[in-house]
Amino acid sequence: MRLLTAASVVVVAGKGGVGKTTVTAVIARAASRAGLRVLALELDGKPTLAELLPERPGESLRVEHLSAPDLLEEYLNEHGFKRVAKRLNRTGVIDMIGTAAPGIDDIVVLGKVKQFERSGDYDLVVVDGPAAGHAVTFLTSASGLADAVRGGPIKSQSDDVLELLSDAARCMAVLVTLPETTPVNETIETAYALEDDVGIRLGPVVVNGVDDGAEMPSMTAVKKMTKGIDRAMRAALTEAADYRRHRREMETGAIERLSTELPLGYVNLPALPVAGLVPADIDALADRLLTDHPLTDRLLTGHPLTDEAGS
Amino acid sequence: MSAPVADSMAALIEASDVVVCCGSGGVGKTTTAAVLGLEAARRGRRVVVVTIDPARRLADALGMADGLSSEPQRIDVDPAADGSSDAGELSAMMLDTAVTFDGLVRKHADDDEQVERILNNPFYRNMASAMSGTQEYMAAETLHALHHDDRFDLVIVDTPPSRNALDFLDAPGVLSRFLDHRIFKLAMLPTRSGLKVFGAAAQPIFRAIGKVVGSDVLADSLAFFQAFSGMESGFRDRADDVVALLRAERTSFVVVASPRRDTITEAVWFAQQLREQGVGVAASIVNRLLPSFGSDEVAQPDDADGPEAVLWQNLAELRAVRAAELDALAPLAELTEPAPVALLPLLERDVHDIEALDEIARHLFASDSAG
Repeated sequence: MRLLTAASVVVVAGKGGVGKTTVTAVIARAASRAGLRVLALELDGKPTLAELLPERPGESLRVEHLSAPDLLEEYLNEHGFKRVAKRLNRTGVIDMIGTAAPGIDDIVVLGKVKQFERSGDYDLVVVDGPAAGHAVTFLTSASGLADAVRGGPIKSQSDDVLELLSDAARCMAVLVTLPETTPVNETIETAYALEDDVGIRLGPVVVNGVDDGAEMPSMTAVKKMTKGIDRAMRAALTEAADYRRHRREMETGAIERLSTELPLGYVNLPALPVAGLVPADIDALADRLLTDHPLTDRLLTGHPLTDEAGS
Repeated sequence: MSAPVADSMAALIEASDVVVCCGSGGVGKTTTAAVLGLEAARRGRRVVVVTIDPARRLADALGMADGLSSEPQRIDVDPAADGSSDAGELSAMMLDTAVTFDGLVRKHADDDEQVERILNNPFYRNMASAMSGTQEYMAAETLHALHHDDRFDLVIVDTPPSRNALDFLDAPGVLSRFLDHRIFKLAMLPTRSGLKVFGAAAQPIFRAIGKVVGSDVLADSLAFFQAFSGMESGFRDRADDVVALLRAERTSFVVVASPRRDTITEAVWFAQQLREQGVGVAASIVNRLLPSFGSDEVAQPDDADGPEAVLWQNLAELRAVRAAELDALAPLAELTEPAPVALLPLLERDVHDIEALDEIARHLFASDSAG
């Protein structure tokens, strides 16, 4: 857990379906339980995060929803568009600017994140980031735009954002993956792309949905155990045990390969026997996280930590 | 429509010209598209599967060592195991948004000079690769082109991950809508009145845009609009054709989901939108459902407290998850009734070869169902 809050902005990234929103919610809940003032940010999409993170007494946890088109419009209005764009189709202007300067919407979103970070109202800002493919473009948009636009408000905005992203004490990316081959491959690729192209510090990788149930006995042991019981029962028990064992072996193999090829910290979140999480599950996972990775006193004071202080 | 699932899934790939797989990210759309393609080819059809940014392993699974290219590549398919029909053909390709867009420009431009001016324009390059909706637009465009390609009689397309079914249905109109904005007409104005580009740049709105994005970027944008002049109607007509194909009777939409409440909620939302658009859902496929083990009669006897208790506990845990998953997906089955809902098992291993695709196909075309 020290590792997870050793920066004041944490961008959670991963491919669709790996549980990015779950992990964002768990980190936010764990930090707020530990006494930090936390802001959880959801970028476009539906307000799932707010449903997973209801208010809890004694905790300071706020959920905000950021919409890139709305923020871009707000930004343009602040920069002299209110008057000139009135008569024109506003979407037309926004489409044109978004296409002329791709990444400008990402920049205004990241600019807003930076504003929250600098406001002093929060100890930790957790961002439910875009899907893996987009995570790299989202985070590289700043350097791309800073190169393309040689002056003006967007230039200074992207410089500010770049400064935040490359400051290891203030910002890090947490990659989320599943213990399976394809998500693991994509995580390794994304990690290197983020490090090379963005220069953002990589926090621990969160492996979501790890089977941490009882270890299945070997095939021979199962055979022995089930000797003498009804045939149909025996078949069901054996098949179920084989299935669980094979999935487990696949998971273990994927996690081993990941940790060999990507030498970072790792946090495993257990799979829960449900088909979708509710706030109580998030609380339970957050407690797990806090027990497995106890917080330091330093963290409880709410100061951003560096690696050194965290380890 | 009320036929057993296996027949309906078979009917889907036998009687459609186009199959569109849609759903949110990470639910296995690409794998599903590949499985449908493989089975359709085994049933004698000449199939092309178009994927969007496929995982490398899918290319491996299909036996394509160098990954998929933006041109259809033939894949070796063994004939159906029972020899019931002549093998068809399977090809696969990856959507290359920018290359497809370039092709459209070439098709609609008056001359090479116009093509060059547009293709080299930075604003155009951004539009062809990064404008929101372009990927969906080009997927639909590719689908249309392949549909009219004599080599194929079934096109299966895997759509970009989206939370909105309309993103795809409306995609062909994305450029027309862009061109319909008054800002476009304003940008074109100087050409019409014979003035230079500076004419448009002097408009207050463009001066304001220039202040934000810089004058070079603004100049590129205006130059694009000038160069594009005259091609609008060609693009518009083509987009209308593509929309008509998406809504054609023999185009089937398949909603793909995983058995979790959040993705089912999104799949239900997709299905509702498709319905409101009069398109409808031909079938739903729910991937990665935990398999069932033994019949319901197989239950732990009261005296089973020996070493095998751990096995009973495992069975109970797996069954509890499956029950929760079946419960979660019920709303999708209910909404899309009587369209079939195929339930595909979470395999013991990863899907990264033809055998795994075949294993899924076996379940898809003869498996348990909720519908």
